[in-house]
Amino acid sequence: MDPVATTTLLQGESTARRTSVFMKFLMAVTGALFVLFVLMHMYGNLKILWGTEAFDEYAEHLRTLLTPILPYSGFLWLFRAVLVLALLVHAYAAFTLWSRANGARPQRYAVKSAAKGAVRSKMMRWGGVALLAFIAFHLIQFTIVKVNFNGNFSAAQLHGSTGELVIASFQLWWVTLIYIIAMGALAMHLFHGVWSAAQTLGWTNSAGSRRLAYATAHVVAAVVALGFLVPPLAIFFRLVK
Amino acid sequence: MNLTLNIWRQDGPETAGRMVTYQLADVSGDMSFLEMLDVLNESLVAKGDEPIAFDSDCREGICGMCGLMISGKAHGPVRTTTCQLHMREFRDGDTISIEPWRAEAFPVIKDLVVDRSSFDRIIQSGGFISANTGSAPEAHSVPVEKRKADRAFEAAACIGCGACVAACPNASAMLFMGAKVTHLGELPQGQPERYARVVKMVAQHDHEGFGGCTNTGACADACPKEIPLDVINTLNRDLLGALRQGR
Amino acid sequence: MSETIPTVAGDGSIVAGLYRVGDPVEDTSAPAGPIDKKWTTRKFDAHLVNPANRRKLSVIIVGTGLAGGAAAATLGEAGYHVKSFCYQDSPRRAHSIAAQGGINAAKNYKEDGDSTYRLFYDTVKGGDYRARETNVYRLAEVSANIIDQCVAQGVPFAREYGGLLDNRSFGGVQVSRTFYARGQTGQQLLIGAYQALERQVAAGTVTAYTRHEMLELIVVDGRARGIIARDMVTGEIETHLADVVVLASGGYGNVFFLSTNAMGSNVTATWRAHRKGAYFANPCYTQIHPTCIPVSGDHQSKLTLMSESLRNDGRIWVPKRAEDCEKDPRQIPEEDRDYYLERIYPSFGNLVPRDIASRQAKNVCDEGRGVGPKVGDFRRGVYLDFTDALQRMSAEAVAEKYGNLLDMYQRITGDNPYEVPMRIYPAVHYTMGGLWVDYDLQSNLPGLFVAGEANFSDHGANRLGASALMQGLADGYFVLPNTIRDYLSHAPYPTVSPDHPEVVAARAAVQERVDTLLAINGDRTVDSFHKELGHIMWEYCGMERSEEGLRKGIELIRGLRAEFWRNVRVLGAADTLNQSLEKAGRVADFLELGELMCIDALHRRESCGGHFRAESQTDDGEAKRDDANFRYVAAWEFGGSPDGGDTGTPVLHKEDLVYDAIALKERSYK
Ligand SMILES: Cc1cc2nc3c(=O)[nH]c(=O)nc-3n(C[C@H](O)[C@H](O)[C@H](O)COP(=O)(O)OP(=O)(O)OC[C@H]3O[C@@H](n4cnc5c(N)ncnc54)[C@H](O)[C@@H]3O)c2cc1C
Ligand code: HEM
Ligand code: HEM
Ligand code: SF4
Ligand code: F3S
Ligand code: FES
Repeated sequence: MDPVATTTLLQGESTARRTSVFMKFLMAVTGALFVLFVLMHMYGNLKILWGTEAFDEYAEHLRTLLTPILPYSGFLWLFRAVLVLALLVHAYAAFTLWSRANGARPQRYAVKSAAKGAVRSKMMRWGGVALLAFIAFHLIQFTIVKVNFNGNFSAAQLHGSTGELVIASFQLWWVTLIYIIAMGALAMHLFHGVWSAAQTLGWTNSAGSRRLAYATAHVVAAVVALGFLVPPLAIFFRLVK
Repeated sequence: MNLTLNIWRQDGPETAGRMVTYQLADVSGDMSFLEMLDVLNESLVAKGDEPIAFDSDCREGICGMCGLMISGKAHGPVRTTTCQLHMREFRDGDTISIEPWRAEAFPVIKDLVVDRSSFDRIIQSGGFISANTGSAPEAHSVPVEKRKADRAFEAAACIGCGACVAACPNASAMLFMGAKVTHLGELPQGQPERYARVVKMVAQHDHEGFGGCTNTGACADACPKEIPLDVINTLNRDLLGALRQGR
Repeated sequence: MSETIPTVAGDGSIVAGLYRVGDPVEDTSAPAGPIDKKWTTRKFDAHLVNPANRRKLSVIIVGTGLAGGAAAATLGEAGYHVKSFCYQDSPRRAHSIAAQGGINAAKNYKEDGDSTYRLFYDTVKGGDYRARETNVYRLAEVSANIIDQCVAQGVPFAREYGGLLDNRSFGGVQVSRTFYARGQTGQQLLIGAYQALERQVAAGTVTAYTRHEMLELIVVDGRARGIIARDMVTGEIETHLADVVVLASGGYGNVFFLSTNAMGSNVTATWRAHRKGAYFANPCYTQIHPTCIPVSGDHQSKLTLMSESLRNDGRIWVPKRAEDCEKDPRQIPEEDRDYYLERIYPSFGNLVPRDIASRQAKNVCDEGRGVGPKVGDFRRGVYLDFTDALQRMSAEAVAEKYGNLLDMYQRITGDNPYEVPMRIYPAVHYTMGGLWVDYDLQSNLPGLFVAGEANFSDHGANRLGASALMQGLADGYFVLPNTIRDYLSHAPYPTVSPDHPEVVAARAAVQERVDTLLAINGDRTVDSFHKELGHIMWEYCGMERSEEGLRKGIELIRGLRAEFWRNVRVLGAADTLNQSLEKAGRVADFLELGELMCIDALHRRESCGGHFRAESQTDDGEAKRDDANFRYVAAWEFGGSPDGGDTGTPVLHKEDLVYDAIALKERSYK
């Protein structure tokens, strides 16, 4: 995949699996999976508006899904495994294409226009990196380690409830701010990503379907970002305690 | 009008280039952009400076030979070819920067002239319908649905200028390739080679060192022939088809 | 001053102070028999080449337009070893790409009475009876196959709702036989040929040499055996040897500097062959197209054609009085306008043929009634007014029919044609003359074949619309592959070594010319010479010609040529891309060709096709053809010493035109 200047015709059989477009398929499929996940996750998060019990019940429900076919938490672990794998694939494809693109234009333009293309590709790539950082922070905070940054809440008060941890966290202004910024990045990523995935997967064959894909991307980006932000803001402004 | 021109000068493929500033007076709005450069060149020769090399041939917007990055925009501020851009789009006192297309797969030959033979090789890899001369059936034996014929035509309007590559943040040639894949793939004559074609073309495209597409759409905005972005979609779909066929 | 023009082979003395008359020429390769059987006979008689031997036989093809591209692809498919050359960066950019209108074919899909014979007849008549019957008949005969071939390649011709191909009638012809792809017929056809060519490149049968310019022909033992080409990127002078050389290098309209041809269109390939012995036929036959966007100033580099279809609904006029010429046309009342075509030709009006529309436009401008900016001393433009059409039809209907043309006009001129009448002026568009070829498209030099606009064969003194594309593809796909096969069946021809004295000499000549051009270091740019030559040609060898003017033109060209070799300034080096050097070489050849064109025009003391000869007109000032004295092809042999800049005294060989299948008629549009 190394970019090379060439004056030759490629020899031998070429396969679809080794093309840059195939990389795009990988990214689109994993991206689509993420979209489904965040939609579900956002729905789950909204439960906290009805109190921490409702929220924890939902989390518990996830863990008992498909039992007893699967052991307790089995589905969740499977789901996590798929997500991790997808994230690796998504990030791998993203960085491969990114380095390809760098190699494809070693000499930059002296004068750049503010064309939307340049802005978008930057936004996707740096936005993606931001999301990666956010996800790491987020998982440490809520799942892997479960850190409570809020001194006003003791471990006893939280009694192991993720719902209580969430309440405690978003009472802090800077935690909330991190999430607001992250959701901004997510919205931008989705705004281009959803349209992009539709194009990559071959669903935008006409001006009409293209408009539909753009519209869907706008709606998904807005719904996800706003939906995610309702609980933190509600907690921050003490509408939910 | 009087203009300040910052122009890329590069002696040869191996040498480093630089931006050089020129002043040009008395430019008329009726001149085409390339005629403006002709005038500049005449004055350079008079002074004993080597004229600026740039490509053009038909100067009618159809051969695809011309192409300059004008103040950061492929083919300049209006959606047309460089040769059809006229100086009335500029104002007295403007500063205009002029650069060659920049892409690893389009190496600079001299000044503003680049080598676009990578496009020819993409076509060689599969951008055709195999129909030897003399083997053709009567033209009316295969009717083509009007809608498909129109779409094929729309895609076939590509002039191979390379502005899509120049404008793309990834220096990807997907619009150029998508146009060819759509043109041939929409027609019944193009069906037998449809999936093999797309795989070979994309493989050659990658081999040439063009970037991957990230659907940013800058290409279609720059395309003087208004090739729509959905030709890339068609290409993607054909590549998926090829995958399904195990190619 | 006024010698009589000899009609028999001369005694070797110099005629009119300018040329000699040599032996007549004859087309010896057309088989006998009725005209509609000739091509079948010829194909059958052409010998075969064993597939195993084809790989060992090589063909050089200069040009990748419809003619050269199609020939290279087809000969490659057959298995010959083909080398294809073009000066652009890709074969796809040959100037065929610019053709808009369409391509003729006698398919008779409309059942409106078309047939091979009718297409043949129309083409010969359109050429004002100065084309060779046998070649034109074959052209009409293979025209239908062209469409089949192109459709199979995926050329997206316009179609009807039923999915079948659409046709239109074009250029005043009464049947609908023109196939088209919106306004991009040339492009679509060329891309078809280009793709077929690239397919052969991938298959290894064709090697493409892009950015290569042919600068000399190699002739060994009387046969064309190769070319000297310059790699325009590295400057290297390369020798390419082969068994056959095909020139399909397009037209030479750029001798006029301003034309609708591409910037790089040149005569170098054919002119160099001419200097090596190939006859140049009818060099003065140029087609002038009436509806081009006029010149806007001294900086102009080329002219843009607008489709003639505009004359269907637009009305052409100039002010009656020269004083009104500066006024806003909208302020000039109806009674002060001169709709001169409608006035002079009441039955045809604005739809008179190209040559008449062009000449009358020039006449009114020469009278001082032209409009638009002054270029030199004159205003060169007439109004093409859509006001009536806009009232009669509605702006939407006009936009529907002509929208893209009107937009193009606005983009180039900055004027809105929906509000202000457009301005048009005639421009050089096509050259009917070219290297002399026989029925096999072989020149008088064995092994040198010439196809497309570069040869002279099919259009006589005037070309019918939509027939150049047809000719290019007929030559490339169907004629050359058969006739070249026959030539190659007599191979092997003795191997030519790169050290052969002729090869070495050709190479040295090219090298020397390059060195000379770079060494002169005078004070005038190449373009300034080219422009001046263009002015001379347009003034004295354009639409209207007279003996006096032509003699003056010849003097001026000779002077200019001498100055060129003394005073041109070409900067830069030989071993890099050097566009001034490329141009200089082309202009040097134009400076020689221009003189031959004037001599040809001078000797042809008749008005024919688009060429109005002041000394040959009817009582009411219309063109008068002279079949008794000039029903022949003028094939010129190079007569000069092949050194530097002198064209010497050319020798005229006449080929009598025989009309067996068609009776000669006079043209009249009054
Ligand atoms: C604006 C315009 C509109 C037209 N519209 C129509 C139309 O509607 N219908 C119609 O029938 N005809 C039309 N014509 C005429 C027609 O397009 C041309 O006559 C025809 O396409 C010529 O084809 P060709 O193959 O002979 O040459 P071209 O297409 O001109 O190709 C010439 C080739 O020779 C190469 N070449 C030239 N010199 C050299 C050299 N020294 N060394 C190496 N390579 C060289 C070039 O690179 C090029 O590849 C139009 C012409 C113009 C200009
Ligand atoms: C790990 C961090 C991430 C990185 C580095 C990353 C990076 C990228 C990049 C570079 C692209 C390609 C941009 C383009 O096509 O223009 C992309 C596409 C996409 N991303 Fe991400 N992303 C990340 C996480 C996510 C997440 C969390 C989601 C969903 C919530 C997501 C959804 C998408 C979608 C739907 C696409 C479009 C796929 C396509 O172009 O076909 N990404 N990502
Ligand atoms: C305001 C926004 C968000 C809130 C309040 C929030 C809250 C939470 C909480 C409380 C958990 C722990 C759930 C549990 O263990 O039961 C969690 C897990 C997780 N969150 Fe978020 N989240 C938000 C946004 C996001 C976003 C934008 C992403 C991805 C792009 C994301 C990805 C994840 C993942 C991958 C897990 C781990 C799931 C698991 O281990 O099962 N979250 N989130
Ligand atoms: S797709 Fe458009 S921009 Fe790209 S090469 Fe074709 S015409 Fe030029
Ligand atoms: S701009 Fe580039 S990223 Fe794709 S959509 Fe066009 S090729
Ligand atoms: S010079 Fe031909 S498109 Fe511009």
